[in-house]
Amino acid sequence: MNVIDFVMGHALQWGSVALLMIGLYIVMTRGNLIKKVAGLNVFQGAVFLFYISIAHVRDGTAPIVHEDAVLYANPLPHVLILTAIVVAVATTSLALALIVRIRESYGSIEEDEMAKVDMG
Amino acid sequence: MGLLQQLPALQVAVPLIGAPLCALVGRPRLAWMFAVAVAWITFAISIALLEHVLDAGPIHYTMGGWPEILGIAYVIDPLNALVLVLVSGMAAIIMPATRIGIDVEVVHRARHLFHTVALLALAGMLGIAITGDIFNLYVFLEISSLASYALVAMGIDRRATRAAFHYLVQGTIGATFILVGIGLAYMMTGTLNMADMAARLPGVSHTAPIQAALAFILIGTAIKAAIFPAHSWMPNAYTYAPSLVSAFFGATATKIGAYMLLRFVYSVFGADYAFDEMKIGWVLIPLGLAGAVAGSVVAVWQHDLRRMLAYSSVAQVGYIAAAIGFANRDGLIAAIVHVFNHGLMKGALFLVMACVIHRLGKADMESFRGLGRRMPLTMGCFVVAGLSMIGVPATVGFVSKWYLVSSALDAGLWPLALVIVATSLIAIIYIWRVVDVAYFTKPPPGARDEAPAMLLMPAVVLCALCIVLGVSTDLTVGVANTAARLLGGAP
Amino acid sequence: MSEFILVRVVVKIMVPFILLFALYVQMHGDYGPGGGFQAGVVFATGIIVYTIVFGIRRAVEAVPMTAVMAMVCCGLILYAGTGFATMALGGEYLNYSVLDSADPVHGQHTGIIIIELGVGITVAGVLTAVFLVFAERRARR
Repeated sequence: MNVIDFVMGHALQWGSVALLMIGLYIVMTRGNLIKKVAGLNVFQGAVFLFYISIAHVRDGTAPIVHEDAVLYANPLPHVLILTAIVVAVATTSLALALIVRIRESYGSIEEDEMAKVDMG
Repeated sequence: MGLLQQLPALQVAVPLIGAPLCALVGRPRLAWMFAVAVAWITFAISIALLEHVLDAGPIHYTMGGWPEILGIAYVIDPLNALVLVLVSGMAAIIMPATRIGIDVEVVHRARHLFHTVALLALAGMLGIAITGDIFNLYVFLEISSLASYALVAMGIDRRATRAAFHYLVQGTIGATFILVGIGLAYMMTGTLNMADMAARLPGVSHTAPIQAALAFILIGTAIKAAIFPAHSWMPNAYTYAPSLVSAFFGATATKIGAYMLLRFVYSVFGADYAFDEMKIGWVLIPLGLAGAVAGSVVAVWQHDLRRMLAYSSVAQVGYIAAAIGFANRDGLIAAIVHVFNHGLMKGALFLVMACVIHRLGKADMESFRGLGRRMPLTMGCFVVAGLSMIGVPATVGFVSKWYLVSSALDAGLWPLALVIVATSLIAIIYIWRVVDVAYFTKPPPGARDEAPAMLLMPAVVLCALCIVLGVSTDLTVGVANTAARLLGGAP
Repeated sequence: MSEFILVRVVVKIMVPFILLFALYVQMHGDYGPGGGFQAGVVFATGIIVYTIVFGIRRAVEAVPMTAVMAMVCCGLILYAGTGFATMALGGEYLNYSVLDSADPVHGQHTGIIIIELGVGITVAGVLTAVFLVFAERRARR
């Protein structure tokens, strides 16, 4: 297997790994809490993409029973990832709620300014 | 099916349905009574399950009657039966104290939902421990994590929200790493049932996705268990959360992480693969011992005692990680026993903090001045649990340290045994600092002012358990022995 | 956004249909694409659109916060309660077959509809609650 096949044959996986790293990078480097949450969402979205990619069956259709269809994509990862999406929604809304409270008590959502407030 | 066969489902379903009912009750007093009842019922169920497992071997329960490899199966062996007893027992002991415990330490707006969220966290942790399905474990992990972020954020200090946010970010990253690992393992094996996956993994274990899966899961659980250097969410979270929440999570949350690590390594990937082929011992032992040293040393310099206890937890989790890394029978026993024992003593110590904060409003060195005379029983509990933390004979701490050191010697790593002993000596320093201030400084004026019995009782009970289970080790070591044998002991 | 008459009229007409569509997705979920989660999201969307256009005060009059919280709890209780019911009837947790002792397939059908209803109510409640809580906080300041 040559290099081009290796890259192109796993395009979806490469894409999700790239997104995974972009998301993690944003979470680690940004000081703004909203941006951190956005990075977290990219990070989780990458995993969703990865799960959908492993469900793919060549020439398979969407997993809905239909008389013309012979080959279906694997529906299990879809269901799993639906659960994970719900979790991501819950995480995001909790994070945003925390940010609202942080903004109210600190007057800022920037890490360095909050640290300054805590130092007194 | 009789009641006995239904117990595994009830173990999780009772707190899960208890949570919304608790929210509907509305009146705080009634909600509290309800939550206490639910916690004690779950505790009774877990005891019954443990007895049944020890008598009759592992229990298998299939959700919805689906065959085990298709549906979600609950599998209970001695290891998770012990974890279930720890989690539900801590909930049962701490929950009664929440009636007055939340008055001082929980923001007013959130009080009416405190018990609901606490029951959700309980249900999530029990679910992690009980399930035999790898994806179900992730779902329960997120249930308990989301509930714990919310509980931490309920702290009255504004820094609690900030701590909760960092906890949320790091916890989510950890859980998502576990999710990636599960996806990779599923991709190669086509199953989500742990036992089935363990049977199919050897055929594909040489492939890169499986190696990556182990790495992802290892990092994810390390964050959840707060293994050094992935511990940075813990000190702030436990310092600014309401103390009763710190007591519950200090006793259970990191232990659930350690349990997941044990479960993944021994029941899914297999000890041979993880330790001999992938050499995860080379990661766990250095990080565990580095955590033990760093956590203990940093704990000595802390001014806020809850932060000191949190750093001491970093050290204790380090012991557990190193014990798993030694990969021999004694190490496995040490890890399991220490999961249980550290839960007891850390729970007791955080409950002492709850007592002190209830009376004095804070728990820094300054407020412990002369506390030995002012709150003698509370300080008595601190001393007993502190001795246990050091590892003095006739306490539970000694039992775990004994197996830990002997497993280090078995592995032929005697210098590491010295490191373990040395960190215990550092533990003497940070416990003694507090004892010194409490007993040998002049107390500020004021009469004897003991914490209310409702807060004090749980601490006393846990301290008594620290001594009883330190003298009679049948329960912990006996169960850990059986569990270690079933998990395959040494690779 | 209440100053735009066009938006107000369109939303007023659309909201009932959005809610109706949610119920369609809910009931269609046992054999086709759809189900409780999607239905709940669509239902909540209807309420959220209404709130955006007519303001939080009128929205809270229509769906008070206590009702939303009750929805969240009741849906979850319906779900978990079905599990308890199947256990009481002698099956495993959420083994719907025992719901109809004569015809297990019919029992499974019943069970899945009840479960999806529980999911739908909870999801609709949670999403509405999240939105209303954020919106109320803004209105208070």
